[in-house]
Amino acid sequence: MAGERLLPVLGPLEPLFPTQGLKRGSVVSVSGSTSLALSLLAAASAQGSWCAAVGMPALGLAAAAELGVALERFPLVPTPARATGADGWAWVVAAMADACDVVLARPPRRLAGADARRLTARVRERGSVLVVAGQWPEAAEVQLAVVSAAWEGLGQGHGRLLGRRVEVLAGGRGAAARERRVALWLPHPEGGVRSVEVVGERRTHARRVVS
Amino acid sequence: MSAVRTLVVWCPDWPVVAAGLASVPAAVLASGRVVACSAAARAEGVARGLRRRQAESRCRGLVVVEHDPAGDARAFEPVVVAVEAFTPEVEIVRPGVCAVATRGPSRYFGGDEALVAVVAAAVDGVLPEGAPACRVGVADGPFAAERAARGGVVVPAGGSAGFLAGFPVSTLGDVDLADLLVRLGIRTLGQLAELPAPAVLARFGPAGEAAHRLARGLDERPLVARTAPLELTVVAELDPPAERLETAAFVAKGLADRLHDGLTVQGLTATRVLVEAEWEHGERMGRRWRLDGNGGRGAAALAERVRWQLDGWMTSASVGDQPSGGLTLLRLVPEEVRPDDGRQLGFWGGDRAAAERVARVLARVQGMLGPEAVVTAVPAGGRSPAEQVRLVPWGERPPPGVDAEPPWPGRIPPPLPATVHPVPVPAEVTDAQVSIAGGRWSAVTAWAGPWPVDERWWDAAAHRRRARWQVMTAAGTAHLMSQEGDHWEVEATYD
Repeated sequence: MAGERLLPVLGPLEPLFPTQGLKRGSVVSVSGSTSLALSLLAAASAQGSWCAAVGMPALGLAAAAELGVALERFPLVPTPARATGADGWAWVVAAMADACDVVLARPPRRLAGADARRLTARVRERGSVLVVAGQWPEAAEVQLAVVSAAWEGLGQGHGRLLGRRVEVLAGGRGAAARERRVALWLPHPEGGVRSVEVVGERRTHARRVVS
Repeated sequence: MSAVRTLVVWCPDWPVVAAGLASVPAAVLASGRVVACSAAARAEGVARGLRRRQAESRCRGLVVVEHDPAGDARAFEPVVVAVEAFTPEVEIVRPGVCAVATRGPSRYFGGDEALVAVVAAAVDGVLPEGAPACRVGVADGPFAAERAARGGVVVPAGGSAGFLAGFPVSTLGDVDLADLLVRLGIRTLGQLAELPAPAVLARFGPAGEAAHRLARGLDERPLVARTAPLELTVVAELDPPAERLETAAFVAKGLADRLHDGLTVQGLTATRVLVEAEWEHGERMGRRWRLDGNGGRGAAALAERVRWQLDGWMTSASVGDQPSGGLTLLRLVPEEVRPDDGRQLGFWGGDRAAAERVARVLARVQGMLGPEAVVTAVPAGGRSPAEQVRLVPWGERPPPGVDAEPPWPGRIPPPLPATVHPVPVPAEVTDAQVSIAGGRWSAVTAWAGPWPVDERWWDAAAHRRRARWQVMTAAGTAHLMSQEGDHWEVEATYD
């Protein structure tokens, strides 16, 4: 797998990327949804790639497994800055990027621009993919943001959360600069990620489930 | 094909003997646990696997030292030299255990029993003062022979399967497999050997097949070649010659990686490697190392053994024929190669090189931040999203835990929240409004529940009676909240 330039993503997520997949050596930022960030890892992980998460102590790991991330190939460093100070985060991310195909990381609040640039260069050189959950000091190659989300299935005291329709705004630099809007089921009521066929329609109210 | 008839020399309590503590109550520790102890300590109740404090409380005046594998290997060198007097083809299984093929020497000395007697006498002659006598055994194949050595017996040719039949399956050294076998009612190697081979392979995969072969007194895997193709041999010439161990070990590391990569490309793994060295003034030395399933067959394991060997040659003062100059050439010859079925990392399902790279990096991060800093999630049983996984420090075996299988009434249904707060966030709830962590009040637009939790009702102290709710706010965010009386917390967020 190391020789290929693209890491796969789940089919419904392909339209988010100008390359239809995660380009090795690139940085992708995701804001507004942890489950979207996790689902970017799912296809690569299922194909045998090692992924890692750094600086995300609140990551829902049962949800990660549910989305298709192989937990046995998903080492975690929840609190990287504990022993080494602020630059511990950058050091750990760089080390993980040496070994793993995809590194999911939440940057510390005050990440220096120079650290971010150095990491970007390191990732490019190593051919791994850095998925940033949150804000990245410099412009990431692909930037994803969940702009609206509506859960279905939950009623006034009955039902339960079943599925969620989200609209993802994809932008970035270079080939990704042209904005795209993609409507997704994240997750679909039957599990997994699916694309919503009718893009224009949007619902603001949750549908009631009458059981 | 039956296994090669093998003689094994086993020096009991080797780490203790190597540390020079065999005659006093002593224990050797690795990662805080006893890995070996002297006979005097054992008599007081010290055993392998105890924690330091437990061991010290059982035996007053216990001498405790850290495990030093390189020191073990260095101290073992005279034993290897003594065995080498009988046959040049000595393989070191690990420091404290070495093996030789008996075919030639047995004929010369008049049978296996006679050979055992002379080898045992020769080895006992070089063991340090106070060390327990070595034990020597013969059987078919190194695995059975090591068992035979521990018992100090000679198993007749073809009798290995019968000899092994009574041993428990844990003898195989594969904890996971042994666990599974015992749960299925297969407790001894004999019971395992009786199963049909295709069924074992189908049910337990390559690891099970290897275990089955061992239990039947065969080699773990059929040999591809006694002598591997020449092009797999790797050589490094050192100019200028390496005087220091560190320099030589660095070269050895690169060489081990090259050998390993060359084998991996062809889908092979080496089970015996000849380490050859040439020195400035023309001396040549060679030693064979067996790489077995327990010690690991990766590049790192090989590099470590080569380093021990170089250490033994270069810094050992006890061996007379120490090299007089620097190291000029190092050669690694894979003498036995077998198909690589990815045994060690089979259950990762990925390619081995990537897994080894990850393991190296994670070890480095653990070195920097402490072993607890790098974790993996293991599925576990429980009702809440947080309880459904358990974090285990990287490299540690997950503790036998609660099964994910039994029904968990009150379990939160999927989809599960992508954010699980490590410490639940306090919240306030009124009629139809919620405020999280003292933030702004937001209307509750939809909710469901409760999923009641009546945990540990049999234990008054740990008893908790709670209810969980799925709550959606006007902002469109869904939370998993828990209620205990009128105390509310946000456990997780569906984001």
